[in-house]
Amino acid sequence: MKDQSILKDALVAAFGDAAASVRVEGARPSIAAMFCVPVARFAEAGKVMKACDARLAAEWAVDETVFGGGFGIMALYGKGVELLLIECAVPHEAPVFPSLTGNYLAAWRFERQMRSLMGVESAGHPDARPWIKHEDWPPEAYPLRKAFDAKTRLARVQGEYKWVRAEGEGVYEIAVGPVHAGIIEPGHFRFQAVGEDIINLEERLGYVHKGIEKRFESMTWAAASRLAGRVSGDTTVAHATGYCTALEAAAGCEVPARAAWLRALLLERERIANHVGDIGAISNDAAFTFLLYQTAILRERLLRTNQAIFGHRLTMDIVMPGGVNADITLEAARVISGELTEFSAEFERLVAIYEETPSLEDRTCNAGVLAPPLAKEMGVVGIVARASNQPLDARVQQAYPPYDVIAPKLIRCGDGDVNARIQVRIDEVRESIRLIRAIIDGMPEGPLAVDCPAPRPGATGISVVEGWRGEIVWWVQAGPGSEINRVMVRDPSSVNWLALEQAIKGNIVPDFPLCNKSFNQSYSGNDL
Amino acid sequence: MRIVYSLIIEAAQIAVVLAVAPAFVGWVRMLKCRAQGRASAGILQPYRDLRRLFYKDVVLAGNASWIFRSAPYVAFGATVLAGAIIPVISTDLPLGLTADVIALVAVFAIARFFTALAGMDIGTAFGGMGSSREMMVASLAEPAMLMSVFTISLVAGSTTLSEMVRVITSGQFVFRPSMALALMAFVLIGIAETGRIPVDNPATHLELTMIHEAMVLEYSGRHLALIEWAGMIKLFLFASLGVALFVPWGIGGPHEVFMVPVAVVSLAIKLGIVGVCLVLVETRLAKMRIFQVPEFLGVAFILATLGMLSFFMLE
Repeated sequence: MKDQSILKDALVAAFGDAAASVRVEGARPSIAAMFCVPVARFAEAGKVMKACDARLAAEWAVDETVFGGGFGIMALYGKGVELLLIECAVPHEAPVFPSLTGNYLAAWRFERQMRSLMGVESAGHPDARPWIKHEDWPPEAYPLRKAFDAKTRLARVQGEYKWVRAEGEGVYEIAVGPVHAGIIEPGHFRFQAVGEDIINLEERLGYVHKGIEKRFESMTWAAASRLAGRVSGDTTVAHATGYCTALEAAAGCEVPARAAWLRALLLERERIANHVGDIGAISNDAAFTFLLYQTAILRERLLRTNQAIFGHRLTMDIVMPGGVNADITLEAARVISGELTEFSAEFERLVAIYEETPSLEDRTCNAGVLAPPLAKEMGVVGIVARASNQPLDARVQQAYPPYDVIAPKLIRCGDGDVNARIQVRIDEVRESIRLIRAIIDGMPEGPLAVDCPAPRPGATGISVVEGWRGEIVWWVQAGPGSEINRVMVRDPSSVNWLALEQAIKGNIVPDFPLCNKSFNQSYSGNDL
Repeated sequence: MRIVYSLIIEAAQIAVVLAVAPAFVGWVRMLKCRAQGRASAGILQPYRDLRRLFYKDVVLAGNASWIFRSAPYVAFGATVLAGAIIPVISTDLPLGLTADVIALVAVFAIARFFTALAGMDIGTAFGGMGSSREMMVASLAEPAMLMSVFTISLVAGSTTLSEMVRVITSGQFVFRPSMALALMAFVLIGIAETGRIPVDNPATHLELTMIHEAMVLEYSGRHLALIEWAGMIKLFLFASLGVALFVPWGIGGPHEVFMVPVAVVSLAIKLGIVGVCLVLVETRLAKMRIFQVPEFLGVAFILATLGMLSFFMLE
C-alpha cells in the first residue's frame, strides 16, 4: 500500500502545513487525494511532483464565484496507481497563477485552453496564442466563466494566428486542412519542410469546438449523460461511463455489480470495434486497401450485433447515472460468445496477413517514432503511451470493477513506431476478447440500476476510465443548489495530439498520414 | 487503295484506344474490388465518371495562366498521339513510320512536362510537391524505359515499333534472355510510369502521399476529365506496348484485313490477363516509401542494362 501515497507524502514533506489537505466533498472516498496550496507555490508543487516522476494527467480551471470565491486552478498528477489533485485559488480580479510548463510539457495546451476559455492567466507560459478559441472570437470573451451567458451572440472579429515559421533556402510550407479529403473531422496541420523532410509540424485544432463543457452547466445531472456519450462519437461508452462514474462518486451512489460488468462489456466491445477498424485504416494509408475492407467487415458485424442486442450500433445512451438501461439475456450472451469465436478466427487470419506482408511492415516499422523517454516526458496516455513502453492502463492501475476481478493484462511495446501502435492494438483486441468471455462467464445477477441522487452542494467527483484511445478523466462539481456547476472532460486526445507533432519530426511528408492514423486522436474530444 | 486502308486502320486504332481505355481501367478496378472482398461498380464506371466530369463546370484558380488551361489538352493530345504510334491492333500505321520508340518516350514526356508545369502554375503546395515527385520518378523511369526498349530494338534490328513487332512475330519463337530481362525492367517501369501501387496509389485521398494526383489536384470539370482520360489511355497504352513488344502474336500485319478481328480478340484476352496480374500485385503490396522509388527504378535500369549486355554476349 506504500506506493499509493508517494506523491502525497512528497507534497506533505515539501510543503508541511502550507499544503492543506482538502476533504473531497462527495459521499465516497475519492480516487484522488486533494490538497490546496498557495497560488505562489502552485508551480513549486508541480516541481515536487516532477521530482517524484509523476505525470500531469490534467489541468483545468473552475469558476467558483457561485461559492463566493474566485477561480480554482486544479492539476491532477498521476504516478502508478496514485492520483493526486492539487488546487490553488486565485482571486477573480487578478486571475494569475504560475505556469506548470516549466516542468510539464502537457501543461502547454491545458493552460492555453484555460486562458482562452476561462480567462485565467498562467504566468511564465511561453506561448501567448489562444487555443481552441479562434481569432474570430473576441479575445476577452471567456465562455466558461459563470458571468458569460451561453446564449450570448458574439460579433465576429478579425485576428491573426501567428504560426511557427521556418525560414531558409529550400524551406517551404504545406498547409493541410482544416477540411480534409477523407471523411474525417476538421483540423489544420502546418508543415515546414525541406524537400520531403519535415522539420516542423504545427497542429491547429478547435474547428469542432461546440462548447460541450459550457452546455453541461445548463443540463440536469440525469440528462447530461446523453451529452457525455457524444463528446466523441467513437468513444461513447467510455465517455458516458466516465461521466456517470464521476457523478456517482460525487453523489455517493453505489452502482449495482451487474451494471458495472455490463458497462465493461460494452467498453470492451467498443475497444475491439475501434482497434480493428484502426488496423485496417492504418494499412489503407500505406495503400494496403485489402486490410481496410476486411477489417471493415469485422467491425460491421460487431456493430450489427450491437444493434440487434442493445438497439444501437455504437451502444449510445445505455450507460446512465446509477447503472445501465439494457441487459443481456442468456441467449444474447450466447450470441456474443459465438460471435467472438468466429471473430477471433477471422481476426487472426488478418493479423497473419499483416505480419506476412513485408512491404506493409516496411512502411510501419521505424515510421513516426515516439521514443519512450519523450513519451514519458510528454505524459501521453493510452495506446500511444503503451506503444512507447509506458505502463499506463487505468483498467490495471485503478482496477475499478469488474477489472479488479477479471484482471486485464497490461500490454506494452517498446518501439514507439507505427508498427508498435498496431501491435498494441492487435494484442489489446486479443485481450479484450478474453475479457469479454470472462465478463460473460462471471456476470453477477442483480438489478441494472439504482436511483442516482443529485450530489450535495459543492460536492465533487473524479473518475478515470480507460477508453479505447486511452485514459479519460472526468471531473464534476455540484453548485450551491446541487445543480451542475462545472464538468471537466479530458479526452486522451488532449495530451496525445501534442506528441504527434514530436513523433513526426524527421519523417518525410508522405509518411504523415500513416503516422497520424496510427495515433488516431479525436478532434471532437480535444476541441469539446 | 493501300493508303486508304492504312488510314482506316489508323483511325480504327485511335478509336479503339479512346474507347477501350476506360474499360480496361474499369476491368482493373472491378477485379480489385473482388480481390478485396467487396462489390464493384462494374466495368463501365470509368465511362460514367468521365461523362460526369464533362458535364461539370470548370473551376479555375484566379491566378491560373494559359499553361494551366492548356495542359489538359496538350497531355491528352500527346497521349492520343502515342496511341497512334503503338501497334495495338495492327502494324499498318502510317503514323507509326514517322515516330520510333525514342519519339514515343518523348511524346509521353511532353504530356508529363506540361502536367508538371500546370501543377506548379497555380502555386499551391500540393501541386509543386506533386510536380517535383513526378519529375523525380520520370527522370529515373525514362532512361530505364529507353534501355528496356533498346534491348528489343537490338533483337529486332530496328527502333520502329511496327518493324519490331514484324520481326519478332515473323520468325520462330526463340527464348531470349535479353528479352526476359527487358520484360522484367519494362514491368517495373510501367508500374512507375502509370502511377500504380507500389509506386503511387491512384485511388488515394491523402494529398500528402500523392505523386501524380497531387499535380492535378486543382483540376475540375472537362479539364479533369481529359487528364483522367489521358491517364486511362496511358495505362492502356503501357499494357498494349508491353503486349506489342513481348507477346506480339495476334497483331495484324500490313494488308491483313482478316487479322483485325483476331487482333481485337487477342488484345482483349492479353489485356485481361495483364489486368489480373496488375491487380494481384496491387492487392498484395503496400505502397513503398517515396525514397525507395529510385531504388526500384534503379533495379529496372540494371535489369534493362543486363538485358542489353546479355544480347551482345549470348545472342
